[in-house]
Amino acid sequence: MYVAVKGGEKAIDSAHRLLAHQRRGDGTVAEISPAQIDNQLSLAVDRVMAEGSLYDRELAALAIKQARGDLIEAIFLVRAFRTTLPRFGTSEPIDSNAMAIRRRISATFKDLPGGQVLGPTFDYTHRLIDFALAAGVPPAAPDEAPAPADATMPRVTDLLGEEGLIEPEANSGDAVVGDLTREPLQFPADRDLRLQALARGDEGFLLALGYSTQRGFGRTHPFVGEVRIGEVAVEMVPAELGFAVPLGRVPITECQMVNQFHGSTEAPPQFTRGYGLVFGQSERKAMAMALVDRALRAGELGEETGAPAQDEEFVLSHCDNVQATGFVEHLKLPHYVDFQAELALVRMLRAEFAEQAAAERTERPAAEEKEAAE
Amino acid sequence: MTTATASAGETGYNFAYLDEQTKRMIRRAILKAIAIPGYQVPFASREMPMPYGWGTGGVQVTASIIGPADVLKVIDQGSDDTTNAVSIRKFFARTAGVRTTSATEDATIVQTRHRIPETKLAADQIIVFQVPIPEPLRYLEPRETETRKLHALADYGLMHLKLYEDIARHGHIATTYDYPVEVAERYVMAPSPTPKFDNPKIDMCEALQLYGAGREKRIYAVPPHTPVKSLDFEDHPFTVQTFAKPCGLCGAEGSYLDEIVTDDRGGRMFVCSDTDFCGKRLAAGHRGADAARAEWT
Repeated sequence: MYVAVKGGEKAIDSAHRLLAHQRRGDGTVAEISPAQIDNQLSLAVDRVMAEGSLYDRELAALAIKQARGDLIEAIFLVRAFRTTLPRFGTSEPIDSNAMAIRRRISATFKDLPGGQVLGPTFDYTHRLIDFALAAGVPPAAPDEAPAPADATMPRVTDLLGEEGLIEPEANSGDAVVGDLTREPLQFPADRDLRLQALARGDEGFLLALGYSTQRGFGRTHPFVGEVRIGEVAVEMVPAELGFAVPLGRVPITECQMVNQFHGSTEAPPQFTRGYGLVFGQSERKAMAMALVDRALRAGELGEETGAPAQDEEFVLSHCDNVQATGFVEHLKLPHYVDFQAELALVRMLRAEFAEQAAAERTERPAAEEKEAAE
Repeated sequence: MTTATASAGETGYNFAYLDEQTKRMIRRAILKAIAIPGYQVPFASREMPMPYGWGTGGVQVTASIIGPADVLKVIDQGSDDTTNAVSIRKFFARTAGVRTTSATEDATIVQTRHRIPETKLAADQIIVFQVPIPEPLRYLEPRETETRKLHALADYGLMHLKLYEDIARHGHIATTYDYPVEVAERYVMAPSPTPKFDNPKIDMCEALQLYGAGREKRIYAVPPHTPVKSLDFEDHPFTVQTFAKPCGLCGAEGSYLDEIVTDDRGGRMFVCSDTDFCGKRLAAGHRGADAARAEWT
């Protein structure tokens, strides 16, 4: 056998050409366009935008195409693009109270001002494969509301707040909102940074952590106060104008969890909040985020801590899937220098072990002879 | 190092990919790291177009210090031709348009993963290490909040205890790479997962040594001529790996060797991990026992 000493560069170029070829797939099947992905795989686009931390549907759709449908790879592409973008400034806080509602449900009240609006949801579908979909049968036209959904759709947490039953949301005033993509995250982290990390965090990881709190690892007694999905206006105050100008509208999913709290020496018994907010439509992510946000507040509320979901450093250090996938997958990179060092060590330890065993074997018969002589 | 604001190479991106504000931020972290040898400086690591764990820290450090006149060498496992070394070298050739080389002595910047070149580094060179886990105490104490405290108090009892337990159990210290060092009699530092064979090269090195950990958002440094001591005990002094045979290709003794499996019947060949070092010796006419078996493509 001959040992290949060079050739890595050529191999990489070939691998990339093969990747591009495989991405296209069978040439006789029509090529998918980013517009098709945006329209027909819109929840995948939403997830890539949410965890990519960048609202750009076309870019996210293109990233999904480039990543061959691997969403974490697409998120990575979007993140790497985002990092190069200049920052113009910070928008005004969005007002989810003024949302153009597409869906809004509450699990805490049967009916409430604005009503329950189901909107487009998988929730009550029977999960039976729809073979008509494969044939491309056009769907029936949706019903239209006689009038726009109720313009006054107050948040459930605000309704509870009027009675003082839920903790007031602290107003941070003019405090600068942190950005963990511009400053390294340090612990303990403030809630703004925690929420940012969770909003960018991996849906699956947060889902599992949120689930763990429901099964007793840091129980938070949650109720879905409200989940609302719809479009909100994004506004910014340019320094030269001094007043807010609209930049556009973005669809978001907001979840307000209402959690039991028995009170402490400083605070009376009241409900507390867990908050989830993501771009696009993803109730699973927003709800999981709200559960984990509340779990992370255990220390601040003087509750017992120790469960994984309550451990800030554990959650925030490991929720980013781009970081996680990079470090897990880097194990594919050559490690033969270190492995060589370990090989030599294990061989030495084994040799020492064999030597010792041999020494014991020779000692034992000698001892037995001695015994026999006595 | 000179800096340049003009974009070169790849269009649409700044020189060496990062914008100048980011480079300034990273250079400030580097300066602080040089001022406090061995101390891990947090920095606002950016999301790079290569994955975390594949050298994003090293790439950001290199991008921040490289100028158009620099000559870059990139190695992984000591080799210029391993996949990730090729990828990173191409990245800078593309985004910065700089000259690249595989010759250690011709490089002004050497970016490395897992090795320090066999050729002694000179005063006008900078070596940039890609670091996966910058915290030497991480596997003994997983919490950053705790390890920062331990460093502040210079409380390295945990590490000494770990090394002592190795001795108690195996008769010698069983750490073979990422072997902890004490820098300038103060901070205990992870030399990145280089084999402990390379630790003596860190001590009193003439070149500036910069360590970048992108995912963990830390930069640290060993300035030139800094005493760096591998942790040990009086009765169990630090030793490096030795190899029974010289390099099969170039016959070098005292270089770090990779083991190559040549067949499924136990056939092995040991060759220099530093391919530039090995290639130069071959060019100079040195031959090892297995030189005839190498395929040069």
